[in-house]
Amino acid sequence: MAELASCTLEREAFDSLFEALERRGYGVIGPRVRDGAIVYDRIAASSDLPVGLTDEQDGGHYRLVPREDAALFGYNVGPHSWKRFQLPAQRTLWRGKLDEDGNLSDIVEGPAEPERLAFLGARSCELHAMGILDRVLLGGSHPDPAERAAREGVFIVAVQCSQAGGTCFCASMGTGPTAQSGFDIALTEVIEDGRHYFVTAPGSDAGRELLAELPTSAAGAAEEGAASAAHARAAAQMGRELDITDIRELLYRNYDHPRWNEVAERCLTCGNCTMVCPTCFCTSVEDVTDLERTSVERVQRWDSCFTIDYSHIHGGAVRQSAHSRYRQWMTHKLATWIDQFGSSGCVGCGRCITWCPVGIDITEEARAIRASEEAVHAGAR
Amino acid sequence: MAKAKVAVWKFSSCDGCQLSLLDCEDDLLALAGQIDIAYFLEATSEVVEGPYDVSIVEGSITNLHDAERIHEVREQSGALITIGACATAGGIQALRNFADVGEYTRVVYASPEYISTLRDSTPISAHVPVDFELRGCPINKAQLLEVIGALLAGRRPRVREHSVCVECKQRGTVCVMVAHGTPCLGPVTHAGCGAICPAYDRGCFGCYGPMESPNAAALNAQLAVNGAEQIDLFRLYRTFNAAAPAFKEASEL
Repeated sequence: MAELASCTLEREAFDSLFEALERRGYGVIGPRVRDGAIVYDRIAASSDLPVGLTDEQDGGHYRLVPREDAALFGYNVGPHSWKRFQLPAQRTLWRGKLDEDGNLSDIVEGPAEPERLAFLGARSCELHAMGILDRVLLGGSHPDPAERAAREGVFIVAVQCSQAGGTCFCASMGTGPTAQSGFDIALTEVIEDGRHYFVTAPGSDAGRELLAELPTSAAGAAEEGAASAAHARAAAQMGRELDITDIRELLYRNYDHPRWNEVAERCLTCGNCTMVCPTCFCTSVEDVTDLERTSVERVQRWDSCFTIDYSHIHGGAVRQSAHSRYRQWMTHKLATWIDQFGSSGCVGCGRCITWCPVGIDITEEARAIRASEEAVHAGAR
Repeated sequence: MAKAKVAVWKFSSCDGCQLSLLDCEDDLLALAGQIDIAYFLEATSEVVEGPYDVSIVEGSITNLHDAERIHEVREQSGALITIGACATAGGIQALRNFADVGEYTRVVYASPEYISTLRDSTPISAHVPVDFELRGCPINKAQLLEVIGALLAGRRPRVREHSVCVECKQRGTVCVMVAHGTPCLGPVTHAGCGAICPAYDRGCFGCYGPMESPNAAALNAQLAVNGAEQIDLFRLYRTFNAAAPAFKEASEL
């Protein structure tokens, strides 16, 4: 954190944050209710937030339920992630013309100037996910210029979780629940003794400047204590747990484990887990021609290792069975990702568990494989 | 470049899919510039004799006459593309495959003795080789244009065979099954519609038939946990693609 000095912002003054962001020309994206879930979309005022709602989450289960208070951020992550804005579900990479001989000419690259966005309400696990996605998309020798342009100007207002959801396991992954960096401003929402306020802390110079424009007061020990208690409450509430001790070696040792067959019996190979995952980055690139074959465009679209076509190479698809597709996904996420990008690909947000239509649980799958080894070792003794 | 000579054929069907071609509106002129419609009774009674570069076939085979006619179509066609649930899976009329067609005939027709029909309604691919099957009830006209365009350009059509879920997530729709408990066939259904129904708060009806690797047994187990009865599951699968093998099997679980 750039500076520990924190302030308080009263609920009644919360909309001053929107005004300050608007003055800087940011379009604000944040949580709002749509179709019975909390999604990320345009918001313009605190009244657009899911006021007084929380979410009930379990494997294959999500419901919005009312809270007893009027909290603005009293819920955990929903089906959308910020990936939608870092790596859009569909975008045109370039457009071109075809001449009479079918040759390509007049290539117009990339999208127009990206809009300046502020992400309001990003959680600790999500900040980690953004960092992982940045390393994937912007690291290496071929960074994506469109991604970089879209990402560099983003202003991030993080919200510290004061409760954990039924499928949360960020504490296991070391990615939360309390954000330490990767934001411009962090907020902790506190509602107690008839007072509703936010303990705010800057995480960057831009954040510090913006906070200076808000009607804040210096936070006292009691207020900072209330914020710390909220963070501790979230840490104690984790709905799931994943033991990551030697997880890479565990999975590498168990490539032929019978558990993969068991999970394949339940797996729909529908791809939902990869679509909702905030770090799954696979896309397909398609060239589109019009009927008259005079224009062409190259389109990038979210894809998934759970589709057969995605592993189609000369001679056919290499991952035909559900067994091999689930194993590929989970082993990449928790093990080969470490070799490839230097960290786990999982941030413990729990989306893959909640939004799997049949509730397959990555923490349960890892536990079962580990437990079977322990049973074998116990038997050997 | 010479224009491709195209024929549009109808077998047992409602005409909805071939009407998608006329429904292409903005693209119709561009299409007319690229192909010669040589045979398309829904659009014109003017008929140009075969052979044809491309035949677009709608409908299923339900009688002996059509079972012979499809071979004639195949013989005079370069590429043969089937469109819609009838042509690719037997259609809604394949519900009779699960019943006594004679009994159905007696119930429906005043003079059933005039009806000559086969016991089963079958897809075109059960009778002749098919070059490409475009799914849907009805088909998506954008996909039809894509298939025709790809054929003219000599490339593979961009028609993905994964689940409808991928389309739902791409458009940002909230999962109706997870968030509302609505029975939905999306996880086992072939993409292509753009995930219309869940965007309007309805479960997927499975209009595009089974996806590339459907696991209906696992989906059914979850739908049962969410409160679906055996009869509900049966009805879910017994619609436009009832006779598609994966859906047929799913309805009998």
